[in-house]
Order: sequence, then structure tokens, then C-alpha cells
Amino acid sequence: MEKMPKWADVVLIPLISLLLAAIISGIVILALGSNPIAALKIMVHGALGSQYNFGNTLYYATNFIFTGLAVAVAAHAGLFNIGGEGQAMLGGLGVAIVCLMIPFPHWSLALICSIAGAAAAGALWALVPAYLQAKRGSHIVITTIMFNQIAFALLNYLLVGPLKAPGGMEPASATFPATTHLPNFHDMLAPFGIAFSRGAMANFSFVVAILACVAVWVLIWHTRLGYEMRSLGKSEPAAKYAGISPFKIIMITMAISGGLAGMMALNNVQGEAERLILGSVEGAGFIGIAVALMGRNHPIGIFLAALLFGVLYQGGMSLSQDQTLRIPRELVVVIQALVILFTGALDSMVRMPVEKFFISLRQGKAAKAAE
Amino acid sequence: MTYMDIMLILESTIRIATPLLLACLAGLYSERAGVFDIGLEGKMLLSACIAAAFAYYTGNAWAGLGMAIIATLIMSGIHGLAAITFRGNQLISGVAINFLAAGMTVMLANAWFGQGGRTPQLQGDARFSRLQLPFVDQIKGIDYIGPFYSRVLSGHSILTYAAFVAVPLTWWLLYRTRFGLRLRAVGENPAAVDTAGISVVKLRYAAVGICAVLCAMAGAQLATAVPAAGFVKDMTANRGYIALAALIFAKWRPWQAMWACLLFGVLQAAAIRYQSVDIMGFRIPGQFMDALPYILTVIILAGFVGKAIGPRAGGIPYVKER
Repeated sequence: MEKMPKWADVVLIPLISLLLAAIISGIVILALGSNPIAALKIMVHGALGSQYNFGNTLYYATNFIFTGLAVAVAAHAGLFNIGGEGQAMLGGLGVAIVCLMIPFPHWSLALICSIAGAAAAGALWALVPAYLQAKRGSHIVITTIMFNQIAFALLNYLLVGPLKAPGGMEPASATFPATTHLPNFHDMLAPFGIAFSRGAMANFSFVVAILACVAVWVLIWHTRLGYEMRSLGKSEPAAKYAGISPFKIIMITMAISGGLAGMMALNNVQGEAERLILGSVEGAGFIGIAVALMGRNHPIGIFLAALLFGVLYQGGMSLSQDQTLRIPRELVVVIQALVILFTGALDSMVRMPVEKFFISLRQGKAAKAAE
Repeated sequence: MTYMDIMLILESTIRIATPLLLACLAGLYSERAGVFDIGLEGKMLLSACIAAAFAYYTGNAWAGLGMAIIATLIMSGIHGLAAITFRGNQLISGVAINFLAAGMTVMLANAWFGQGGRTPQLQGDARFSRLQLPFVDQIKGIDYIGPFYSRVLSGHSILTYAAFVAVPLTWWLLYRTRFGLRLRAVGENPAAVDTAGISVVKLRYAAVGICAVLCAMAGAQLATAVPAAGFVKDMTANRGYIALAALIFAKWRPWQAMWACLLFGVLQAAAIRYQSVDIMGFRIPGQFMDALPYILTVIILAGFVGKAIGPRAGGIPYVKER
């Protein structure tokens, strides 16, 4: 018998964790001498208050959907992919190479090719740690951390050297040709007679992200490969006994995971910046960990958690621009940290009392039935 | 490259290696006791901020270090709570701590000083000054030995000397004392330690506590030891991850940790001094030098140059009734 109903595991525990993170964030804001309620109001308005704000929220959410899915796919096979940051950077390189090298007649063709480029580059970057884990037993967490650093050095080299835009001062590539630019929400919704804010950053990648959610859902729960991945994640000896090759599954899983992280570049590199900039991932790879944790590694959960983090991120931006409260945007980083802490590391601190509560509830019922 | 160039590189090697070595030894204690710690970066960063802030308020570098130790102990306490008491995922906890520190330091520095996440310039006793070793003036003039003694060996902060003294001390503590034996045992086979009637939880908390103190020293060195003059945003610049790399490179042993940190130090010192290095007509970009510690670690981890096998119970929470 389950210790507690499924809804408690999927909804109640993340909510309690979130509440704890919110309370502590409130205390932090109080300690900084500002009013937490006023801060909350500014954040909510800054994230959802206008079409422009909401469009930016969706833009950040798109990043987090990709990196969250990447962490989740790996987690189902029992792998902790902490390398989303590096894989997303390499994904950006893939997008840049595709967009700069091939003269596309239309953005839709460019998108198909850049999806392939981004996914392939991200997958390639994840495959080395995967191979080392599967064949040589090197701890994947450490190798992916190292690969994040190596990716940064590689991009730094390319963007101040071979890929640098001629005449540009900053470490960035040339701007992509106009035919590779993805339509933003304004362009997408105009044919339907909806006037969406022109400046908002959300773009067609959001649609790709939703499709990715569906694809991951099908993959994990409705394919043979997904079954094999989950088996490996639950128990390696049992998976081996069932004739599943851990080497093969680790390689495929990490390729998919890295590919998803790499596809984040569709949004931030191709969709928004329209050129490759050093440091454009902005920690989204790490936020993916929190998103996957909150979303319980399920695409629907990840979608919702990514929206929440999008709200946090965009709301935090507005908060830092507010002159009266003077709260730096690093508050968002603190809130993220608290969410990761409570939903991930301190999970059983929240879970144990809830479990106890449900067990005592059930025992109470059983006692009544016995009377 | 003249002799003096080599001396200058060695001088900065020692300076660069100091926070790495302190953080690396910090990780050594924690991981030898079976608690993975990828939060070294965050603890070092927090300590740098707190040390600089309190050194500025009190005008005393030691007061800054003291407060930094308290702050990192709290941070380690959170990690311990997650990793030891609530048997959570230690890696996720480490990620959270790195994030927490990255955000908190800027917010604190901003709230206290309002200078966009940095502390004011430190002067005088608010910084750990350069210590002169005895007879520097007499030896300085001697060829070859003189510059080596006066530049490379002498003239570092007290924390630098403490870091290098901590190496034999750590060796002695780990391999020659009862506490060290138990600490290593709890990272290899906690069930056996438990059966012997020794508290796994207490030992692991002790290790995590020592880790905090060493991280605090590393951060204080970064922000408050001459020539550093205060905290700036993200000033650890991934040194925590390099320390982690050095720890693996050293296969979790103190002397080797020192050599690994010195090796990474000399690589960085050379990369800073020469933006790109020419070896036999082949040009090596500076970014490659930056990435070299990480690349070497991956090679070591892959077992191509000897196998790095960590403590057996590393990363696994201990459950008594298993």
C-alpha cells in the first residue's frame, strides 16, 4: 500500500516546499529592509502584468522547459546531468554554425536545420561524459561539471577568435541573416487577428518546446526505449538481467538529454539574440535542475515549473529595476537556490511529516471501521 | 624567459594556489568522510564576502575571518542537514549552496554598502599583510637563492603559510590519529564504524565542520589578503570547481593535493603572464590553459593516467537499518 495518495506526492509536497522557499525569501527581503508584500506585487506585475512582460516570461520559460526536460530524461535513467549549461552553450554553437554557413530561403527551413545542429552539438557534448561513465566508470556529475567549464573556455576562444564578428568589440559572432530569424509572438498571432506586444522576447521556439514536452512524454512512458531507460534508472542489476545493455542506454539517454539542453539555443540564440554571445545561457542549465525537481521529472510538471521559474526570472528583472525597493536581481538566484534546496536536497524533511500525517489519517479511518 | 620571470611566475603560483589548496583540503575532509561537496565554490564565495565586509567594519582582518568561519559553518550546517540528517541528495544540495551564495553575497554587499555588490576598498589592518620571513634583507642580494627566498618563499599572507602547514597536519591527522582512522573509515564503510559503536552522524558533521573552516580561510585569503582589497561579485571565479578537480587529481590525498594545486596554480600563473604560449612554433591559446585543469581531471577520471577511485561510501547517505 502506498504511504500517501499520489496527489500529495505530486502537488502537496512541491507546494509545501515552494511555500517554505517563499517564506524564507520573504524573511530575506525583510532583513534587507524592504517590504516582501510590495516586492511580491512588483514581481507578479512585472511577470504577468502586460503582454510585453508576459511575453518575456514565456521566453524564459522556454529556456527552462528545454533544460528541465534534459535533466528529467537523464534522471529517469538514473543519471544526474549537471552539464546542461555546457550542452546549451554548445547548442548555441551548433545553431550559429548552421545559421551562418547555410543560406536559407525561409525561416522554417532554417529552423529544421538549426534544431538538428543544436541537438547534435548538445548531444555530442553530453556523449563524452556519457561514454566515460558507461565505459570507464567516471562519475558523470564531476565530468559534466568539468565539461561546463571546458565549454566556456571553448566558446570564449571561438568568440574572441575565429567566430568573432569582424569589427565588433564584444565576444560575439556576426548577426545571423534575416532569413533565419524566427517569428516572435507578434508575428505568429497577427494572422489570427491578435495584436501581441511587438517587443516581447517569446518566439516560435516556445512551440518547439511544447512539442518537445509531448515527445519526451511519449518517449518515457510509451516506447520500448523509455521502458528500458526507466528500468536502468530503477535498478541496474535488474535491467541487466532483463537483457538491457546499460552502455547503450546510458549513451542514448545522455545524447537525448544533451540534445534537449542544446535545443535551448533555438530560443536564446536564434530566436532572441540572433547571434551567438558569450554567456548567453545565463545559468539556465542549472535552473533546469530545479525545474525537473519541482516538476517531478514529468513533462507536464516541468512545463508548469518552467512557467513558474519564468515568472520568477522576469518578475525578478522588474524587481531589480524598481527604484523604490532597491532589491538586486540576485534575489531571484536566492529564491532559485531555496527552491532547489527544499524540493531537492531537503525533500525528506518535507516528505516525512506529510507521510506521517497520511498514515495517522488512514489508521484513524481503519480504527473507525473496526468499531 | 629570464630567471626573474620564473621567480615572478612562481610567486604568483603560490598566491593563486593558496585558496585552491585550502578549498581542496576542505573538500578532502568532507569527501573522505563520505559527504560529496560541490558547494566548495559557494562557501568560498560567501566567506570572501563576509570576511571583507566585517574586516571593513571592524578594521581587523581577523574579525573578518572569524565571521566568515561562522557564516560558512552555517552553510555547511545546511549541507549537513540535507546530506547527513535528512539523507537528501548531496549533489543537489551542493548546487543549491552554490546558487545561494552567488545570490546572497551580492544582495548582502549591496544592502550593506550600496556599491553594486562589492565591498569598499580595504586598507591597513583590515587586510592580511605580507609576512616577511627572517633574514630576508641579508639573503635578498645573493644570486639565484636571493630572489627565490625573498619573492617566492617570503612575502605571503599568514593564510598562505597556514595552508601549506595544513598539508602535513592533514596527513598526520588522517593517517596517524584515531580521529583520522575513523574519518576515513566512515567514508569507506560507515556500517562498520557504526557497528563499532561510533556515531557516523557525529563524525560526518565534524568533517563537514572542518571543511567549513578551511573554506572560510580560502575565501578570506581571496578577499582580504594583500594584494586583494575587498570583495567583488563572483570573485571566486570557479576556483571551487578547480579545487574539486585538484582533489580528484590528487586522488583524495593531502600531499598530492598540494602538488595538484601548485600545478594548477602554475598553469594559471603562466596563462595570466603570457596570453598565449608558443611551444615549438605551435601557438596555444590562453583559453586552452584555462581549460587545462578541467581537461586533465577528465583524463584522470577516465583512468587514462591511473585510476581515481573516491571513498567508497562517498555521496551515499547512511541509513542505520539497511
